[in-house]
Amino acid sequence: MTALLTVNELTKYFPVKRGVLARVVAQVKAVDGITFDVARGETLGLVGESGSGKTTVGRCILRLIEPTSGTITFNGTSVRELDSGDMRRMRRDMQIVFQDPYASLNPRMTVGSIVAEPLIIHGVSNGTEREQRVAQLLEKVGLQPEYRKRYPHEFSGGQRQRIGVARALATNPKFLVLDEPVSALDVSVQAQVVNLLQDLQDELGLTYLFIAHDLSVVEHISTRVAVMYLGKVMELAPRAALYANPLHPYTKALLSAVPIPDPKVKKSRIILKGDIPTPLNPPTGCVFHTRCPIAQFPICKDVVPPLIEHQPGQLAACHFAGEAVPGEGKRSEGVDSRALSRTTTRD
Amino acid sequence: MTEVGQAPETLLEVKHLRTSFPTADGTVHAVDNVSFDVHRGEALALVGESGCGKSVTAMSIMRLVATPGRITGGEIRFKGKNLADIPEREMRNVRGNDIAMVFQEPMTSLNPVFKIGAQVAEAIRIHRKVSKKEAWKQAGEMLELVSIPDPVKRLDDYPHQLSGGMRQRVMIAMALSCDPELLIADEPTTALDVTIQAQIMELLASLQQRLGLAILLITHDLGVVAEFCERVIVMYTGRVVEEATVDDLFANPAHPYTRGLLASLPSVTKAEGAKRLPTIKGMVPSISNLPQGCKFNPRCPDVMEICLGNEPALMTVGAGHAARCYLHGDQPDPERM
Repeated sequence: MTALLTVNELTKYFPVKRGVLARVVAQVKAVDGITFDVARGETLGLVGESGSGKTTVGRCILRLIEPTSGTITFNGTSVRELDSGDMRRMRRDMQIVFQDPYASLNPRMTVGSIVAEPLIIHGVSNGTEREQRVAQLLEKVGLQPEYRKRYPHEFSGGQRQRIGVARALATNPKFLVLDEPVSALDVSVQAQVVNLLQDLQDELGLTYLFIAHDLSVVEHISTRVAVMYLGKVMELAPRAALYANPLHPYTKALLSAVPIPDPKVKKSRIILKGDIPTPLNPPTGCVFHTRCPIAQFPICKDVVPPLIEHQPGQLAACHFAGEAVPGEGKRSEGVDSRALSRTTTRD
Repeated sequence: MTEVGQAPETLLEVKHLRTSFPTADGTVHAVDNVSFDVHRGEALALVGESGCGKSVTAMSIMRLVATPGRITGGEIRFKGKNLADIPEREMRNVRGNDIAMVFQEPMTSLNPVFKIGAQVAEAIRIHRKVSKKEAWKQAGEMLELVSIPDPVKRLDDYPHQLSGGMRQRVMIAMALSCDPELLIADEPTTALDVTIQAQIMELLASLQQRLGLAILLITHDLGVVAEFCERVIVMYTGRVVEEATVDDLFANPAHPYTRGLLASLPSVTKAEGAKRLPTIKGMVPSISNLPQGCKFNPRCPDVMEICLGNEPALMTVGAGHAARCYLHGDQPDPERM
């Protein structure tokens, strides 16, 4: 598989300005030198807690916010070198679906004109051809074409998210950034939208960057998963390897914190101490060392661990990748990811 | 769970509760004929999707339903006293002293212009006759109880200086400051990240143990229910559709809605290769326009003729397990009439 998208050493610093002269007094390091690629047809899951910079990565790729440095190569073109006209044309191939289906649709536009807007902007189709295309798009996402005359408030959260997907698909993109597309939805509706996204990917050969904080949804939908913490990638691995055999202590803690909807499963849990530090003043060395249960000093405080390959395809940025973490459950050999940090010893 | 021969002490008894809101389309019942008990010291979950009435149920128990909504039927008995018809002045004594509540949004539930200490101390002084100084000291002790590092120093902080997890700890400290016997926690971790959620749930579990507190946990997260609670009530369109112990509910869900919910969860425990998620077809009906008969019948995979007629009562499935569904016969559970 070839990479459709390559992101190299991407950084985004937001300046903090103070005073009358708006002097820059500090930098918020939202994204701090991250590198990954997304292969054609795959889904790369990007997970992290709030403030980890995952949404900023998604927006930087489409240049909805301008990156500070780094390169982004999409389909052989260096995205950051394009002028605004070329960039707009490029966005025909790369689209985004936003998290909040209540805020991302203009309440004063009909569903038909919301979905038609990208077609108009990109001059893709006109007149009856455009109307047919809108009807076809609505059908594709499981909505009746008659709905095009209605307004967003007439729809439920799940339906609105379908409208958002139809709009993103209007220009026949190759690549979609899905920024927490199901986080605002109830579980039963969430499953419908996840299925829709997978069907569309199979049918249209789409490539996804799926940004989420819900680890179980990410496991379900992703081919590979990148775990972010304070603007850096901590671990990047094929889905099965990441969930069955995480190498980074942060990944281990994150996975062990997910409550499992099965009372028979008793987990041993790694409870991280403290909160995520502010990206305004991230810790030196490994950004995770202030909360890490296996940090050793001074190395973790002084030396930034590089993201290197420890297992085939499995990269981790940790000086002690793969070492046991206190509280981590015993893992029996050859058992699927269920055995992760958990033992079934109840009763 | 109940040991044989020793009935658990009922702390709160909700009976046929109905809470209604007048709307342009007529009166709607956000909570309709809801009955359940909370036993002393237990953790009971109230689960359901948005709009199912779980939060309105909690607000009704606290008598904090926003006008024009009001309780239009049923009883809320706390240690025998019907909270639904005591005067507001007496109710104010119940809140905080007997029943306390923690809300979903720790960012908006604290007043941004007062110090943490002042807000916790205020809660203490409303219910206890203590000096300001004493209340401040007790506030520090409360922050220590909820494992806030450097509690005495934190009293001088403003809410914006604390993270979401720390703010939720402050809310819990405030709720527990007058030693309530029942804590209603309305989605206490929904706004928090998963590692912080784990910290807060761990804290609530240990407080429940140490203080013998009963907790009514309102949530949509079945994972949290499985790990934290002993019994669970499932709500749909303002009704209780299933009541069971947590073990029974997950091992043997009786209502098709519960079955659908559990099946639609993407999870680490699902078999590899099961690519498509099972879904519940359609969507939750609007409470102003509910279907005839069983309210789940338009979405139910097991719908029968009888489901379209009269709405089913809660039918017995097993000991302590009932479901509002004709799959389990048509004889209502006598304990849940």
